[in-house]
Amino acid sequence: MKKIFSILVVLVAPGAFAAGGSSEFIEHFTPDTTNKASLQRGARLFVNYCMSCHSAGYHRYIHLARDLYLSEKQVQENLIFTTDEHGVPTKPGELMVVPMTEKYAKEAFGTVPPNLSLVSRVRGASWLYSYLKGFYLDTGREPIGVNNTVFPDVGMPHVLWELQGFQIPVYKTETRNGKEIRSIERLEIAVPGEQSPEEYAVTAADLVNFLVYLGEPARLERQRLGIWIVLFLVVFTIIAHFLKREYWRDVH
Amino acid sequence: MGTRTSNLANWIDARFPMTKMWEEHLSKYYAPRNFNFWYFFGSLALLVLVLQIITGIFLTMHYKPDGERAFASVEYIMRDVPWGWLMRYMHSTGSSMFFIVVYLHMFRALMYGSYKRPRELIWLFGMVIYVCLMAEAFMGYLLPWGQMSYWGAQVIINLFDTVPIIGPDLSLWIRGDYVVADATLNRFFALHVAAVPLVLLGLVVMHILALHEVGSNNPDGIEIKKHKGADGIPVDGIPFHPYYTVKDLVGVGVFLIIFMAIVFYAPELGGLFLEHDNFVPANPLVTPEHIKPVWYFTPYYAILRAIPPIPLVDQFSGVFVMGAAIVVLFFLPWIDRNEVRSVRYRSTAFKLNLAMFAITFVVLAYLGMSPAEPVLVLLAQLFTALYFLFFIFLYIISKNETTKPVPDRVT
Repeated sequence: MKKIFSILVVLVAPGAFAAGGSSEFIEHFTPDTTNKASLQRGARLFVNYCMSCHSAGYHRYIHLARDLYLSEKQVQENLIFTTDEHGVPTKPGELMVVPMTEKYAKEAFGTVPPNLSLVSRVRGASWLYSYLKGFYLDTGREPIGVNNTVFPDVGMPHVLWELQGFQIPVYKTETRNGKEIRSIERLEIAVPGEQSPEEYAVTAADLVNFLVYLGEPARLERQRLGIWIVLFLVVFTIIAHFLKREYWRDVH
Repeated sequence: MGTRTSNLANWIDARFPMTKMWEEHLSKYYAPRNFNFWYFFGSLALLVLVLQIITGIFLTMHYKPDGERAFASVEYIMRDVPWGWLMRYMHSTGSSMFFIVVYLHMFRALMYGSYKRPRELIWLFGMVIYVCLMAEAFMGYLLPWGQMSYWGAQVIINLFDTVPIIGPDLSLWIRGDYVVADATLNRFFALHVAAVPLVLLGLVVMHILALHEVGSNNPDGIEIKKHKGADGIPVDGIPFHPYYTVKDLVGVGVFLIIFMAIVFYAPELGGLFLEHDNFVPANPLVTPEHIKPVWYFTPYYAILRAIPPIPLVDQFSGVFVMGAAIVVLFFLPWIDRNEVRSVRYRSTAFKLNLAMFAITFVVLAYLGMSPAEPVLVLLAQLFTALYFLFFIFLYIISKNETTKPVPDRVT
């Protein structure tokens, strides 16, 4: 922690340069929801880190068992951490909601952390991937102390800092129309976390894969089924074509 | 046929014109033998209509037309209802495919002059179907209760606000509230699932009855009824069933391959069929940065934005011109004054005019999807002018057009 504070002191009012968040920081990412291990790791990350505040309130825990090849028992033991007011653990058939009240959330963060069920369909996988990798230290932004390259002035703290560590921005200066414009060129690790940048990239990918699944659980099934539907229709069309040719033989 | 079945058929025929209708509309309805690619879209439109009704019925079993629950109920359909996602994607893809098919179907009529005497009523019924379809699609789009649903409806209903004198009362009457709200959602649900589909079905029946009364046009734009054999059957006609039923089966196959490929592999179609912002629940307090309708309305949306407000009527100018862009289509049978129907035998001027119209429509659709930047608005103004110029040119050139000789028999 000492290290972090020393860096915070070194940085001089970088909040002034926080604007932007343009598409230049969006790194292309192709999600892979066929990778079960990745989805399972993503689910674990999601319930451990994201679900402290964010709900996935349109989705039920039980679907994680069905879609991620887990038993109901595994889901209950590894992915459900909430209880009702009597201390009874949430059942797998229930929706993935968080106990945090909106009132508390507004007091703590100034905004209610959004329901993440559909975030992948709103933002897209590349944006999410870049967002998870885009946190950097920004002393101008108390109390959370961080900013984000693709979501300027974000209200969320860098929840995955233990894994990624903390990044600081490297600035570049351009002269446009005679004015000097300072902007972020890239981010570099200032305080290493538990994971190397390569490992953290996998973590971000796992989480995004899971979020893409969460946005559209039917994706797994439709991609598996689609080919058979289309193949059937191709055969149907070929037969229909020959049937038509047979009937039309006598049309001149 | 076994005696038992024919006995049953006789029993029914004595009480209901089953065989008579079958013959009139299928087995003894003589269609020109030279239908080409463009003639698939009528039967495909019917197919999509049936698909929309069936998938729609299943969706209503689980959907909640309630401002508090609508958005969540759609996600319930997507996650918890067995095959709910398939019904939903088929319905959402179906709405876009309906417009694709209908636009191609209408363009066919333009190419081969299918709206001309004696088929004016077929065209008019078709145009009313088109307008109903737009109402149906617009109201259906509100139901998922996402941000685009909500704000799109807000913008479109506000158009009625600009009507001089009665505007504010009119838009209030449509919404049932001062902003788009639960009351709006409920009435749109009623209209979307009951009222408009009933009207649509009736109109489709009238469209087909009118067609079968005068007979189908064809790519040569000539009347096959002019040449009849000794049996009284047009020599260039073939019974719709089985010839065109088997041919349309091939069209249905190809269409469904495309349709299902979208449903199973790209249901959002890059945000074109399902808009990204519509996965955010409706929020009356947060206006999305860029409100745009779904692609099939964007040509008109571009026209709307292209027209600047003028004194006295203010924004109504844009609404009026947009309305005129649709209304003018109704008059097509009388704007085109040439006797020759098919593009095949018409002048180069006509061909260029028609091609320009098709391009204009696509460009306007694109501009309607784009943000209203000054350059794009200028372009939209240019293409709005071109849109209306099509009809003006058509009226002028069709009077004394140098046409090619029309063949006597279909080619």
